[in-house]
Amino acid sequence: MKTIFKTLSVAIGLALLMPGISGRAQVYADSSTQLDKYLVPVTTPTAAPDAQGFLGRWLLLEPISKPNRSNTVFVDSYIREVFGKEYFKGQLGDVLPKDGAKVKMTVEYQPPVNLQGGRPMGFGMEPPKYEEKKVTLKWHAYDSKMPNVKLFRFATNVTEDRYGVIFWAVTVVNCEEDIPNVRLAVGSNSASMWWVNGEEAVILSGDRRRVMDDCASQRLTLKKGRNVIWGAVINGPGMSDFCCRFIDEAGKPVKNITLSVQ
Amino acid sequence: MKTRNILLAGVVALFSLSAAAQVGAPYIHDPSTIMECDGKYYTFGTGGGGLISADGWVWESGAVRPGGGAAPDAIKIGDRYLVGYSATGGGLGGGHAGRILTMWNKTLDPNSPDFAYSDPIEVAHSEVDEDCDAIDIGFLMDPNGRLFCTFGTYFGNIRMVELDPATGARKEGAKDIDVAIDCEASSMMYQDGWYYLLGTHGTCCDGANSTYNIIVGRSRSPFGPFLDNVGRDMLQGGGKMVVAAEERRFGAGHFGRIVLEPGVEKMSFHWEADLDLSGRSTLAIRPIIWKNGWPEAGEIIQDGDYKILSRRRGYALELAVDFVRAAGGMRGFGRQANETVVKVENQKLEEVIGGWPEGEIAVRANDYMARPHQAWTIEAVPEAGGYLGGPWYKIVIQGTNRALAAVEGHELTTVPEFTGADEQLWRIDQLTDGTFRIAPKAIPGCHHPQKWCLYSVADSTPTLGKFDFNNDNAKWDIKAR
Repeated sequence: MKTIFKTLSVAIGLALLMPGISGRAQVYADSSTQLDKYLVPVTTPTAAPDAQGFLGRWLLLEPISKPNRSNTVFVDSYIREVFGKEYFKGQLGDVLPKDGAKVKMTVEYQPPVNLQGGRPMGFGMEPPKYEEKKVTLKWHAYDSKMPNVKLFRFATNVTEDRYGVIFWAVTVVNCEEDIPNVRLAVGSNSASMWWVNGEEAVILSGDRRRVMDDCASQRLTLKKGRNVIWGAVINGPGMSDFCCRFIDEAGKPVKNITLSVQ
Repeated sequence: MKTRNILLAGVVALFSLSAAAQVGAPYIHDPSTIMECDGKYYTFGTGGGGLISADGWVWESGAVRPGGGAAPDAIKIGDRYLVGYSATGGGLGGGHAGRILTMWNKTLDPNSPDFAYSDPIEVAHSEVDEDCDAIDIGFLMDPNGRLFCTFGTYFGNIRMVELDPATGARKEGAKDIDVAIDCEASSMMYQDGWYYLLGTHGTCCDGANSTYNIIVGRSRSPFGPFLDNVGRDMLQGGGKMVVAAEERRFGAGHFGRIVLEPGVEKMSFHWEADLDLSGRSTLAIRPIIWKNGWPEAGEIIQDGDYKILSRRRGYALELAVDFVRAAGGMRGFGRQANETVVKVENQKLEEVIGGWPEGEIAVRANDYMARPHQAWTIEAVPEAGGYLGGPWYKIVIQGTNRALAAVEGHELTTVPEFTGADEQLWRIDQLTDGTFRIAPKAIPGCHHPQKWCLYSVADSTPTLGKFDFNNDNAKWDIKAR
C-alpha cells in the first residue's frame, strides 16, 4: 500500500511539474485539413464566446483575389487604401449579409497555386501582370472550433484561392446592457482592420503573425443590444487566420455577451 | 557664433546638471532618511537643520532639528516622527565618548502649530576610550513592529540595540550588540526575510578626494551575523558595494531607504563633492534595484537618445507611420566570398520624415528595427521641476520636437511640437527590478493621474494604465541607442 501511495504521489508530482500537462491537455499533431476540423456551419441562433472570450461565430466572405508576393507591403497607408475600397453593398453597415448570399465583383486573376512549386520569392523580382476576372463570391456563416478563425482552411476547402487574398468577416455582439471601457483585441495573419459599429477600432499593419491580443482598440463601449463587428484580413503568401475578443480594463475577457450573424 | 556656442554649452550643462543631481540648494552632509510630511519632503543633516522640498527634486534649506551634533536619522511611527542624532561629533584623533539621542515630533513642518520636539532621551552611548564611537544613528522598524537602531563609526565597532517603538527609548533589558567593524553611517533595512546592514566605508569629509562608499551585508536575524555576497562577516570588514562615485560626484555616504510603493524604492545619501555644484556636499537620491537579493543603486535617466522597449513583448515604442524599407534588402542566399565588404547606412530621419503626417501621430509598439520613428530623445525639462529623485522629462522623436503626450480618455498620442504642457511631461522611475515606469504628469480630464503610466494593453498597443509592479504591461526598458 505504501509503495502504491508513493508511486501515485511521484506520478502526480511529475504531472504537475510538466508544463504540457499541468495547464491544459496536450495538443496532438493532426495532419488533416478538412474544413470541419476548423469551422462548422451555424445551427443555433446565438453562440457564446469561448472560455477565453474569443469570438467564434462569423459570416465569412469567400476570399477576394488580391495578389501580393510579400506581406511586407502591408504598411498602414496600403491597407487603408485597399480596405477603403467598396467591395460589396452594405460593407461596414449595420445589416449583415445573409448566409449563402452571393456577391459579384471583378478581381485580379491569379492562376491556382502550384503546390509542388517552391516558396514564392517576394523581392528582386518584377511582379507579374494580372488580368481582371469577374467572380461570384458567397457568404458563409460558421462557428469556429478554435480560438483562431482559420481563414486559410476556409479558403483551401471552399475556393481555389489561398494566397494573395482579402477576407471579409462580420459578426454581431449582443449585450444585455452597455459595457463601457472595453477594447477589441485582435491578432491576425497577416494585416487587418476592424470596425465596431461602423467606427474604425483597430488596425494591424505590416507582416503580422497571429498573436493573441497583438493589437487592441482604444477604450470603447459595447452598447446594449446589437453591436456589429466588421473585419478585413489581407494576406500574401503563407498562413492566414485571426483571433478576436473583447477585454476589460484589467485585460480580462468580456464574456457576458452572445454572438449572432443576423 | 562664439556666443551662441557658449549659450548652447550652458544649456547642455544645465540639462546634464538637472538630470543627475537634486537641484535648488541641496547642500547637506549626513542626510537623514527622507521623510514625507503633509506633502513635503524633509531631511536633516549634521550640525542641525536640514532641507525641505515641495516636490522631492528641488531642495532648499529650512528643516529644523535642534541639538546640533552629527548624523541624524528619522522614522515615522504611527502619526509621529522619531528623530535621532548624536550629541557629539565623533573624531578619529580625540576622545570617543558619544551619546545617541531620540526625540519625537508630530510634524516636521516648522511652520505648523503642532511643531514641537519632545525632550531628547539617551538610548546608547560610548565611553571615551572603548571600541565604539556612538554617533551616526540609523533606525529600522521590522515587519514584526520591532524597532532597532545602529550606531558607530570607524573607531571600533558598529553596534545595534533594540528600542521601544512606543517611547523611542532603549527597550528595557536590551543590550548593545556588535554587528560590524570600521564603518560609518550605518543603517538597516528589511527585505524578503533578510535584515540588511548598510555601512559607509572609505574616506569621509575630504571633498572630491573622499572615497566614501556604501556597502551592505545581510542576515536572517536582526542581530547578525551580517555576511556579504562572498560570505565575509561585516565584523571582519565584509561588505558588497551599493553605491560608489560617479564621474562628477564623489563620496557616497549615509544611506537611507524610501519605499514609495511596491517596486518603487529610492535611496538617499550624500555626495561628499558634486563637481557640478562647486564641489560641495549635496543630497543624492537614486533608485534602489534588487539583484539576486542584493540592493544596488539604479540610474537616473540622463539626457540622450534611447529605444523604449515594452517588457510585455519586447517591442519598441514607435510612431504609427508607414514602415519604409531601408537599404540592405535581401541579398540572396549565395555566398560571394570575394565581394568587397561595404558598410550599409542605417535609415535616416530625412529619408522618411517627409512621409509622416504633420499633425498628431498615434503611437504603437513593434519590432525594433533601429528606424527613425522608433528613436526617442529623452531630456530633462529643468524649468518643470520634478518628483522624488528625478526631473520631469520630455520624450521626443530624435531630431524633432515631436513629443509623446497623454490625451483624454487615458490614451496616448504624439504632438508635432513640445510645448511644455503637463501632459507632455513624464516621470521616469527605475523600478527595483531594473525596468522603468514612465508616467505622465497630467492627463487631460483626469483628476488623479498619479497612478497611471505607459502601459501595454496589447503587444503592439501602448496606452495609459494603472501601475502594478507585478504586471509587465506596466514596465519598460530604456536602452541607449
